[in-house]
Amino acid sequence: MNMLLELGNIRHAYGRQTVVNDLSLALKKGAIGCLLGPSGCGKTTVLRCIAGFEPISAGAIALNGAVISNAGFVLPPERRHIGMVFQDYALFPHLTVLANVGFGLHRLQKTERAARTAEILETVGLADVANKYPHQLSGGQQQRVALARALAPKPDLLLLDEPFSNLDVTLRGRLSLEVRDILKSQNATAILVTHDQDEAFAIADEIGVMHQGEIQQWDTGYNLYHRPANRFVANFIGQGVFLPGTILDPHHVEIELGVLAGEVPHQCMPDCQLCRKGNPVDVLIRPDDVVHDDASLLQATVMHKAFRGADIMYTLRLPGGGTALSLVPSHHNHAIGEKIGIRLEADHVVAFSQSAR
Amino acid sequence: MRDETLSSAETDSGRKNGFLSTSSSAYQALNGWRLIPFLVAAVVLVPVGTVISSLFVPAGDVWQHLVETTLAGLLINTFWLAVGVAVGSALLGVSLAWFTAVCEFPGRKFFSWALLLPLAIPAYVTAFVALGLFDYVGPVQTALRAWLGPDLFWFPDIRSRLGVIIVMVLAFYPYVYLLARNAFLTQGKRSLEVAQSLGFNRTQGFFKLALPMARPWIAGGTMLALMETLADFGTVAIFNYDTFTTAIYKAWFAMFSLTAASQLASLLIVIVFAVIIVEQQFRSRMRYAETRQSAKATPIPLTGWRAWLTFGFASGTLFFAFLLPVMQLGIWAVGVVERDFDQRYLEFLWHSLLLSAFAALLTCAVALLMVYAARRYPDSATRGAVRISTIGYALPGAVLAVGIFIPIAWVDNWLSEMAMQLFHIETGLLIQGTLVTMLIAYMTRFLAVSHSPIDSAMQRVTGSIDEAAMGLGLSGWATLCRVHLPILKGGIFTAAALVFVDVMKEMPITLMTRPFGWDTLAVRIFEMTTEGQWEQAALPAVTLVLAGLLPLIFFMRQTES
Repeated sequence: MNMLLELGNIRHAYGRQTVVNDLSLALKKGAIGCLLGPSGCGKTTVLRCIAGFEPISAGAIALNGAVISNAGFVLPPERRHIGMVFQDYALFPHLTVLANVGFGLHRLQKTERAARTAEILETVGLADVANKYPHQLSGGQQQRVALARALAPKPDLLLLDEPFSNLDVTLRGRLSLEVRDILKSQNATAILVTHDQDEAFAIADEIGVMHQGEIQQWDTGYNLYHRPANRFVANFIGQGVFLPGTILDPHHVEIELGVLAGEVPHQCMPDCQLCRKGNPVDVLIRPDDVVHDDASLLQATVMHKAFRGADIMYTLRLPGGGTALSLVPSHHNHAIGEKIGIRLEADHVVAFSQSAR
Repeated sequence: MRDETLSSAETDSGRKNGFLSTSSSAYQALNGWRLIPFLVAAVVLVPVGTVISSLFVPAGDVWQHLVETTLAGLLINTFWLAVGVAVGSALLGVSLAWFTAVCEFPGRKFFSWALLLPLAIPAYVTAFVALGLFDYVGPVQTALRAWLGPDLFWFPDIRSRLGVIIVMVLAFYPYVYLLARNAFLTQGKRSLEVAQSLGFNRTQGFFKLALPMARPWIAGGTMLALMETLADFGTVAIFNYDTFTTAIYKAWFAMFSLTAASQLASLLIVIVFAVIIVEQQFRSRMRYAETRQSAKATPIPLTGWRAWLTFGFASGTLFFAFLLPVMQLGIWAVGVVERDFDQRYLEFLWHSLLLSAFAALLTCAVALLMVYAARRYPDSATRGAVRISTIGYALPGAVLAVGIFIPIAWVDNWLSEMAMQLFHIETGLLIQGTLVTMLIAYMTRFLAVSHSPIDSAMQRVTGSIDEAAMGLGLSGWATLCRVHLPILKGGIFTAAALVFVDVMKEMPITLMTRPFGWDTLAVRIFEMTTEGQWEQAALPAVTLVLAGLLPLIFFMRQTES
């Protein structure tokens, strides 16, 4: 399948510091991608390289098969047909919502422009505030104006730089689903940058976890959580602990809590050194892998508890001294210091060689 | 859960009690403060009212004479001067601001602060240096005649409308530069990026977005330059370019008609108020505009001839607006220092320092009282009074001099008459010709200068700081000394320094209301330059420039960090 956007081994250095290193990714038309990572990992820089605001020193960026950036060449941003939603929205304070959204439609006839502006305002649900000024709108409305303004010229690709970071948490959840619907309704291809995994899971089809200027894993949210490619991804996505274990065979790993049976770890190739019998490994145990079971003989001590409404997150000390997290429905209310029965319930194994720590 | 609700209700009521107890104990002694903003507003309104009421005084002979001979010329002169300086400083200020804020060219960092340096030179100093340099007998024309022969018909006459405009643009463009640069720094690069992401190139982005978005700031800076132009007395006096301020001076001191002076002042005040109204419009728009700093905006690199053209433009401006006047002043001053640095010079200096110190003290004290009163009574009436009190900065010194002198003369006459009737004592004039008149005029004119730094320092003393201090057991007085003053210290110092320097440079009020024999540095410059004695004005001018540099450097340091 032809890719709309391709980044091949791009590199960007700011002064002496390499911000983006040998990064590659590809995005199909109509897909929503996401670069997810802690602050300072270079994700915004990648976005700005795609937009054409920053040059790259190696590799190439291609849009619709045509190279738009490589070492020594940057197609000016205005000729890329790439729209952008800025982190601070960068709305024009001196223009109305209508004029803000219509601003990028300067190549259209007056009537076409009015029609497209009205259409996109309808899509984002702002038709009734068209004549207001940005400062008269709420944060969520401003965000949608920024989205509408970027979508209005029907860009080939839309870039969103931390689009929800200025909104409060409750609004973020709702708006991220709304934005996904809007993008899908416009059949837009988009790349989002964020440090918030919930946002990434809510909006994106594919997510790249970034760390130190490199993509650690490019995958669906499900796979990032359940099949992390390395320790960084395992730590960054979701919660969990590592417990020491020993390989029995490619389908079984023994840890303190018992023997984990499941699929071969997906990152394990045939003949890999990791899966040899007797090899020491670290096994990732998610809170949902440890199930509370009063009947279980395996007893663990409650060290901390965090009440979260529907459930309680227990931090448990295992008999052997290790620590595990367990997510338990909140009617199982146990006091700190109490011993509770637990049971492993995992259908796949995520294990990393101890030597590769 | 229940417990929590209860305890939070308790702290709420506790807070309320605490608040009530503040109003009853710590601030009780200060209830009279409520009146202070209104009193100061009245002091500001008296000269305005006096001057405007003179419009309704039957026109005297002098006025008739003025209308027939000079009024049309004054209006035309003022109009062209205002237009020229506004357009010139907007063009110069905006372009320099754009280059230093958004582009990269050799020396950008240096120019971004150095281009503010002309603020340290009073416009009238730039004016007499320009005249001394480029006049017919000046060194430039003399050298050119020696080189090219005696016929220099092509050399522009510096003593012209264009000459005044150029001098004032060089003196006042930093106002536009400062504000526009601020706007471009916060939103310039970002607005270009938005424009580009919407399919415009950089040039289109500048004109369609960056410039319109910065319009409130550009207009604000231009209005400041315009108000300085309308208030200017020294520059136009030196150039013999008659405007309202010089006409007021002549009506009073040459034709001895205070009424005619006041009537001229009333016309000027109408023009100034029109400018203020426009300015307020822009300022209210500025409030809505975003000023968030965009993340590390990498400047646009200028290359090749563009870079050097920009460099030449910036260094040319800096040369003519700052380096050349300072160098020429230095040369003159070195030449005359042996003869001029005498008892008389020290007396001018002493008078200047004394007046500036008194004025700074008075103005800051009044501003501090007003800020406290406004903090204690944050109602709309008090806020209105504060706004009126700080409008004095827009009133030209010549107008204030007339507007304050007239009522004081009236009070003086009344006092001496009363003394005569009641006690049969010949008191003579009590207030006229004392420093009191001058200090009131200075206070009126420069209150805004001291109010704004003190007020913004006070914004940092939030209500919860008071409550926190009380919660730690500090009394009202201890809170004032240990919490408020340390926070306000910087603001008060800035305010005092700004007023001090402004009063030192001030010319028309000092000239028109000074007690007999109270000549200051600025007065000395006026007297020497009206006679064309440029060299003899150099030493006082150097002193003023040095004094002006101090707060400017302080301000630059502050903004750097």
